[in-house]
Amino acid sequence: MKKQLFALLFALVPMVGFAAGDSVHLQSMKPDLYDKASLQNGMKLYVNYCMGCHSLDYQRFSRAAEDLDMPQNLVEENLIFAESVGYNDQMQNAMDKGDAEGWFGAPPPDLSLEARLRGTDWVYSYLLGFYRDPSRPTGVNNTVFPLVAMPNVLEELQGVQEKVCASSSKPIPGAEIDPLTGKYQSCDTLQVTSPGQMDPEAFESAVYDLTNFLAYAAEPSKLKAQALGPKVLIFIFIFGVIAYLLKREYWRDIH
Amino acid sequence: MANPNKDKAESGLMRWVDDRFPATQMWNDHLAKYYAPKNFNFWYFFGSLALLMLVNQILTGVWLTMSFTPSAEEAFNSVEYIMRDVEWGWLIRYMHTTGASGFFIVVYLHMFRGMLYGSYKAPRELVWIFGMAIYLALMAEAFMGYLLPWGQMSYWGAQVIISLFSAIPSIGPDLAQWVRGDFLISGITLNRFFALHVVALPIVILALVVLHIIALHEVGSNNPDGIDIKKKKDETGKPLDGIPFHPYYTIKDIVGVAVFLFVFCVVIFYFPEGGGYFIEKPNFEPANSMKTPDHIAPVWYFTPFYAILRAITFSVFGLEAKFLGVVFMGAAIAVLFVLPWLDRSPVNSMRYKGWMSKVMLLLFAISFVILGVLGVLPVSAGRTLLAQVCTVIYFAFFVLMPIYTRLEKTKPVPERVTG
Repeated sequence: MKKQLFALLFALVPMVGFAAGDSVHLQSMKPDLYDKASLQNGMKLYVNYCMGCHSLDYQRFSRAAEDLDMPQNLVEENLIFAESVGYNDQMQNAMDKGDAEGWFGAPPPDLSLEARLRGTDWVYSYLLGFYRDPSRPTGVNNTVFPLVAMPNVLEELQGVQEKVCASSSKPIPGAEIDPLTGKYQSCDTLQVTSPGQMDPEAFESAVYDLTNFLAYAAEPSKLKAQALGPKVLIFIFIFGVIAYLLKREYWRDIH
Repeated sequence: MANPNKDKAESGLMRWVDDRFPATQMWNDHLAKYYAPKNFNFWYFFGSLALLMLVNQILTGVWLTMSFTPSAEEAFNSVEYIMRDVEWGWLIRYMHTTGASGFFIVVYLHMFRGMLYGSYKAPRELVWIFGMAIYLALMAEAFMGYLLPWGQMSYWGAQVIISLFSAIPSIGPDLAQWVRGDFLISGITLNRFFALHVVALPIVILALVVLHIIALHEVGSNNPDGIDIKKKKDETGKPLDGIPFHPYYTIKDIVGVAVFLFVFCVVIFYFPEGGGYFIEKPNFEPANSMKTPDHIAPVWYFTPFYAILRAITFSVFGLEAKFLGVVFMGAAIAVLFVLPWLDRSPVNSMRYKGWMSKVMLLLFAISFVILGVLGVLPVSAGRTLLAQVCTVIYFAFFVLMPIYTRLEKTKPVPERVTG
């Protein structure tokens, strides 16, 4: 038994703990692929605010509609704008790569796999991380991706955020304790100074939905995998039990 | 030719076949009348599991090839096409990516079993050497397969490893260029790796597996006691401690297959990225020769050797550190080939070897795992020192083996197998 445990450890050790050191603190975002309302809202936000620049080259409208329980006519009426784009087409845009490079320095990347490349925590924190910075050509900077060329396209919803100094008795990531007050002191706290259409809570929820949709789009097969997984595992388990009983029967006469 | 094993009572069809092809004889020689020691333990599951993984890789590989496009422009797209638009494509691809890691997990455990019970020792030297050749071919196969999805880590991992050839004095740069077929990794490299990955290396691996098994069945399986079961036979000539491989070990291995597949499927359905070890995150971005990732780490099964490569940070006799690193990395694999001649112990199994062998094997296993972990981490001074210590232990295990296996006092070996 000890040897078996050792073997298991031997097999598992390479899997334990490494993460490329990321100094930026990210807020946690756990996707919920079963929350269809959130995914639908995320897709709506994506099409309205993101898709003009960021294509989803691998995601078809029809597949999203099917997976997210949206009727075809609603998708065609509300989410597909160009005459030339059909229901079964991918979520591409009309932006010319050469133009884009001239405007932003680099063409905005395709976001089909962004949530798998950087992780949902990153996407979520990035979208919440814009703040006013007059030194930047776009007027904004980002805590997660400093000096990013992208403007804060969600500003009409979020309003304008600014970096302010704040203290709190609750821990602020990366902040130090002020020895005099005993509170956490940070001048990297973001605060909405000029409100947009949504209050901060509603905006965070919208960004959650948007990130959730990107998590879906990065791996649409996940829904299928999670539906099929339990069936396969139950089959293998029953198969294993029967195989074990058969093995015991055969080995009865071996001493 | 008359078949001595042929059963007189066999049915018409089997008889017709046996008169033309030794089907029944082969079945008997390799399964029904191949006597294996009855005391195989947990460690003996991994050979059949390696075979399972080989079949898995070949079958899923054939189906992936049907939809994959081996060109720099389309490779990445075609993988996503498989993941999204091909029926069951996601499952086939995850079986293949998880299968690659699964293959190495079972092969490493299989090799460790050999070291634990002295399965490489006479008369099984060729079994071991064929096995090592499989391992080598498997590494080449995995390395080339990893380039095919044409992601950032595919590209830069291949770039780093192929550039190692350029460390070889005088011919190096030309050799690296010859391997790539270009001045840097390009569609040309991708196409030749595709050809080698799907045609040449699978043929080599299959041939070597056949040789491995033929050699094994010629000399018979070792066992946890490391004793020869053919020394004690009954009046009919069957080994007293042997049982027919079929049905006893076929059914036992099927239980192992079920347990293994359960874990395998949990990964496929719920953690196909294997925590970033089976599919590395930067590989979700297409290869870009203008943008080097911050941290390039090979896939986990190469990292012990990669850590040895990076541990050599000094030059000796005017030889560059990078070249010496390549030499040590190569030596770390090459030394395994001569293992049968390094072990001078009168006994096979670790059960009866002395404390020195046990301590050395334990240290070796620990340093191998530590090297594997270090290989995925970015370099720091402390880690390099640790990697150097582990590299020394790794080689000491082999280099000192002729001494400590001869010096140590072994325990008496039983006549018959124990439980």
